[in-house]
Amino acid sequence: MVVSTEVAAARAKAATEAILADLKTAPRGVVVDSPPGAGKSTLVVRAAAELADAGERVIVIAQTNEQVDDLAVRLAVAHPEMEIGRLSAQAYARPERLMPHENVRHETNPADLEERPAVIGTAAKWATVSDAGKWPWAIVDEAYQMRSDLLLRVAGLFAKALFVGDPGQLDPFSTVETQRWTGLSWDPMSSAVEVMLAHNADVVPVHALPVSWRLPASAAPVVSRAFYPFTPFTSATDAGERKLRWTAASLARTPADDALELAAEAGWALYQLPHRHTLRTDREAVAACAELAARALRRGGVAESENGAASVTPERIAIGTAHRDQAAAVRAALASLGVSGVTVDTANRLQGREFELVIVLHPLSGRQDATAFHLETGRLCVLTSRHRQACVVVAREGIPELLDRHPSVEPVHLNVPVKFPDGWEAHQSLLAHLSQFAIRA
Amino acid sequence: MPDPVDARLDRLRGRANPRRHNARTISALATNPGCARRALMDASGADKNLIAEHTGYKAPFGQSNFAIIRGNAFESQVKENGAAPLLGLLRDHLRLPIEEAGYHDFNEALGNDANEVRYARTRQVLTSADKNQGTLFDHPLLRLKIAGRHAYLEPDLIAFQLHGQFHIVEIKSFSVIDGQADPAKVAAAAIQSAVYVHALRDLLGGDPEQVHHQTVLVAPENFSSRPVVTGIDVRKQLTVISRQLARIGRIDELLEKFPEDLTFDLDPAPGADAAPRRDPDDLLSAVRQVEASYAPECLSTCELCYLCRDEARGTTAALGKTVRDDFGGIEFVASALNLARGSAPAPDREEVAAQLRHGSALRTEILGETL
Amino acid sequence: MTMLTSLARALAAERGRAELIRTVRHVHLSPRPLVFIPLELAGEANGPLAALVGDDPEKPHLLTISEPRNRTQRFAWAADLAAIVLPYIDSFADADIGEDEAYQDAPQLLVPNPGGLGFTRLLGRSTRFRRTQGEYAVPESVPLLGRWLTFFAERSEVPASSLILSMTDALTAHWATGQSAMEDGHLAALLAWIDPPAGMTGAEAALAAEDPGKWPPAGPATHPDFDNDVLEGRVRAVRSAADAGDEGGLNRAQAGFAAALRSQLEPTWSLMWQGVELLRGLREADYLGKRWERDRWSFSGHVRRLADDGAPQARRDNAVRAAQRLSSLERDQQFIDVQAAFEDPLVMAEQRMSGEAFAGSAVEVLADRTDDTGKRTVPRPWVTIATADGVLIEVGKKVKVVRATGTRQDAIVRIVEPGDEAGAERGVGTTAVTVELTSGMGRKKTPEPGGVPAVGEFLIATTLTGDFQPSPKWPEKEETPWTHGGPPPEYVPNDEDAGEAWS
Repeated sequence: MVVSTEVAAARAKAATEAILADLKTAPRGVVVDSPPGAGKSTLVVRAAAELADAGERVIVIAQTNEQVDDLAVRLAVAHPEMEIGRLSAQAYARPERLMPHENVRHETNPADLEERPAVIGTAAKWATVSDAGKWPWAIVDEAYQMRSDLLLRVAGLFAKALFVGDPGQLDPFSTVETQRWTGLSWDPMSSAVEVMLAHNADVVPVHALPVSWRLPASAAPVVSRAFYPFTPFTSATDAGERKLRWTAASLARTPADDALELAAEAGWALYQLPHRHTLRTDREAVAACAELAARALRRGGVAESENGAASVTPERIAIGTAHRDQAAAVRAALASLGVSGVTVDTANRLQGREFELVIVLHPLSGRQDATAFHLETGRLCVLTSRHRQACVVVAREGIPELLDRHPSVEPVHLNVPVKFPDGWEAHQSLLAHLSQFAIRA
Repeated sequence: MPDPVDARLDRLRGRANPRRHNARTISALATNPGCARRALMDASGADKNLIAEHTGYKAPFGQSNFAIIRGNAFESQVKENGAAPLLGLLRDHLRLPIEEAGYHDFNEALGNDANEVRYARTRQVLTSADKNQGTLFDHPLLRLKIAGRHAYLEPDLIAFQLHGQFHIVEIKSFSVIDGQADPAKVAAAAIQSAVYVHALRDLLGGDPEQVHHQTVLVAPENFSSRPVVTGIDVRKQLTVISRQLARIGRIDELLEKFPEDLTFDLDPAPGADAAPRRDPDDLLSAVRQVEASYAPECLSTCELCYLCRDEARGTTAALGKTVRDDFGGIEFVASALNLARGSAPAPDREEVAAQLRHGSALRTEILGETL
Repeated sequence: MTMLTSLARALAAERGRAELIRTVRHVHLSPRPLVFIPLELAGEANGPLAALVGDDPEKPHLLTISEPRNRTQRFAWAADLAAIVLPYIDSFADADIGEDEAYQDAPQLLVPNPGGLGFTRLLGRSTRFRRTQGEYAVPESVPLLGRWLTFFAERSEVPASSLILSMTDALTAHWATGQSAMEDGHLAALLAWIDPPAGMTGAEAALAAEDPGKWPPAGPATHPDFDNDVLEGRVRAVRSAADAGDEGGLNRAQAGFAAALRSQLEPTWSLMWQGVELLRGLREADYLGKRWERDRWSFSGHVRRLADDGAPQARRDNAVRAAQRLSSLERDQQFIDVQAAFEDPLVMAEQRMSGEAFAGSAVEVLADRTDDTGKRTVPRPWVTIATADGVLIEVGKKVKVVRATGTRQDAIVRIVEPGDEAGAERGVGTTAVTVELTSGMGRKKTPEPGGVPAVGEFLIATTLTGDFQPSPKWPEKEETPWTHGGPPPEYVPNDEDAGEAWS
């Protein structure tokens, strides 16, 4: 289902109003499920301002310094009159983008910022705060990626909270393997939202943002169906509102060109290499990813959207992989092609970011078996939901057969709620869609 | 007219009666879907155990009588007095609003009637049961069509109905200690429950919602024989079962790859003991005509494991899935070692060869010996 | 474990003998460990059948329950076990130590496999809540045994702890066999690869070890054929003699029962001590002293807790306890990951294969380089290392540089220059990594002698720096926040725990 931008805006607005209304009445707080590009940061900024206006001092808990600074900038821009606190560690160096905002003051001691209506900091820093009294409200950003033991360390700081995050992305994890707490409602390895809801589901409403401002009409239904089966969302834009154009022809046409053209046309392409079992740093696949990016740059892409037209420069292109060594191999391949500025990273590090064109090295490409790591829903979801225009997936043939013969022998733990979608199902769903846009290398 | 696929499967199995499928064997279809050898064996109902034994590869499986006795004792205990203790648990722990419930034991009326008759009676009673009265149904007979034949499922389950919705109840004798149970055993119980959910939905026809995806596991609590109940959501297991049943439905595609006269027949001697008379080497080569997909996991799930393991000696697969994965597609241990020693790789093996050489160089650097 | 371990397995398969994957031993081995081999009854949750236990390879103690489903006999069996285990433990706690001291040594339990660890945990659980008086009284030593066994079982989850070891885990941590990890779980087959009998290859010996007639399972599960063909009959014999009140017959039947179980346990007993000898044959890693010290402190702490006579360990962790424990386990894991790599080149080699560490010769050294942007001028030499290892470390990342002498210095990666691709293919390509040393050079403007590597020196750089965060702060149990369900109820020992059926 595609919806025009205005209708989308209206739906998003209605959802936001409902959330803000619940903030006023909910005894403990609210959870907001925010699918990719659904305007999470906008909501956080809005909620912070509303709470502050209502005289409720609020702390904002984000997971990384980068996220904290981003939110600080956005809040400062939206509310230049608001006095904002930025709680920081000793080693903090105020980044350039925060320099112009005089209403943002950074301190290492929360007592120095206590009077400010809104104070933003990382969870790690907030966890070191003691004897600070209680704030009436907290906004916990990326709450599904936050581990519940970290929540335990900060929950004493606030009485109520707005938890915002994307349940479809990667779960928190630990390098320690143990079943000791599996099935406990306060399992420290579960996410903050899971644990909080396990104890407060009857008083904490769960909302979902209904529209993705990032994903184009060609992608939102696909990602929604594959990764958000119970909380569907739509694109903010109609088919045709986003367009990727190649302005330069290629001298010698290759299948990579076909793939780029198909991607521009349909929003997706599956660049297929011949079936083979390989190491995960599959040289051919790695080279294909780099070549696609290089060629995209040479052909002068222009991204048209509801915001106007812009060149697709290297910074607007990303290549996503499952493993760090794959990312390193792709970076080396790009360097040898003389390309720089393109973002290459693993799904873990691409969370929260967006680009015009994304090239993905399929987690199952070249594999003989699928493991839980490679089937993990969140991984594939992150990789295929970063783009505003198009996504090209590079994969060796043979993945449907691999999925088909995958044994279903995963252990089952009592009292652990079943998570949907199942990784296997999500992979099937996405592949079924991609197979319509296959180009043989 | 006999189905040509059925005829071929019969020929494949040979003279023996087909091994009867039950919930456990149907669940086992999911353990190694990629194995053609297993798929043909399971579809044709061939006796993997006998085949393994006769070819000299007797499987390490067996069940202790102590476990069987304990399992039966626990089940009887749960079901005594019209399953009154169980009812109490369902009421208290699952908050099912049943003040009292009827108890219907199919065995009482039917005793030793033929499967078809028992199935028909089960169907009749369950489809016409009073939707407003909670009822526990004991010893129903369900069935599923597997590769053209009906598999009668005689679960030790009690199907419970409340307000028109059935919940499958599965009684197991592994313990739940402080809320935790062996995850492998729970997984097996879950997928077996899913088989029953599937079969019951089949029997009732119509709306699948009539049988709830939340099943009930009854198991001993801590170190006692007191039962405790836990709900298990089997939606994922249901999709797995559907998939595997569909696969088996396409067994004709697999059969096509093999000659018509291929058979695993044991040529049993006449008389009660029915000793196999077929030449073991001949049987072995017949089995080997169908490719297996061996992994060490087979050692705990399939009676042919020793046979396939022997065949797989020298392969990276025999060393384990992660090891095979590390060798990035190289099939034989000897090839991997050759590459590690510096022999020239095929063009598509260059990266793994480089890695192997690197590993070899590190071992040499540290241990002082060359590979 | 990386491709290096897989390569070792391939090598082992070819050579017919297990390959070492460690150059030193990474687990502490006591001069006097207590070997504990339990067997449990099929179909029961932790229903003990028999055990062989002892700290002297010549003197195994056989403890059996001839009526395995009899509750009284179970507790009597537990008391018998306590009569061996508790004095063994006490022998390590006989000195008088102050509140801030740890015992000089600590007990060590050895079980055959992870199933043995599970049995220990469950036996601890089924006994530690019992009462010694009143309606469901059990022998005095039983709840105490339970608390000790629970202590050991919990320590088995701590990565650095060696208070209780599973033999298969300890052996597979140091050797790679030519079979799969799954098959390594069978102790007899594992030892067959590591130490095959003369004239047999590892594969041949492992195949022979799969004969349950010669090598019964190491437990806790017994072989179903044994259960059905032998054990059932012996149990029945005991029962009928007991029912008939025939004392002579009962003695004979019990002796027959014990003999049957001994036959299932003795082979494993010899395997356990064989494993001990093999492990003893490996040189100890230096950091084991530090690791065992943690174990000694933990042991001492538990002795003190028991003396204070508090409540037995809770069934499940509450929210705060769970989070504390996870944090502690993670820090423990980090500690050994770092230490193991520094002390064992084969462990460091795994990091070198995965790109998290690299090693090579210093090809260029700017020893005089300094940084005067701060208050003082400090030496900041640059060292360029040429390495054949893959480098996945980004510029700006902190690393630890390990000198040939073993000294470690902090550094930051400044330049990474990959060798040409064609070179890498042939295995001769090298990456040149330039790092800036930031520590280990003294406090003056110019580095102390030896503070800077010389050209040609072999250096290792790793990202596992072991820079530990301070131990996090946790709320008090009474302050468990609403997000985690609020404060948990206090544990009050009650009749239910004491009377909880053990079948």
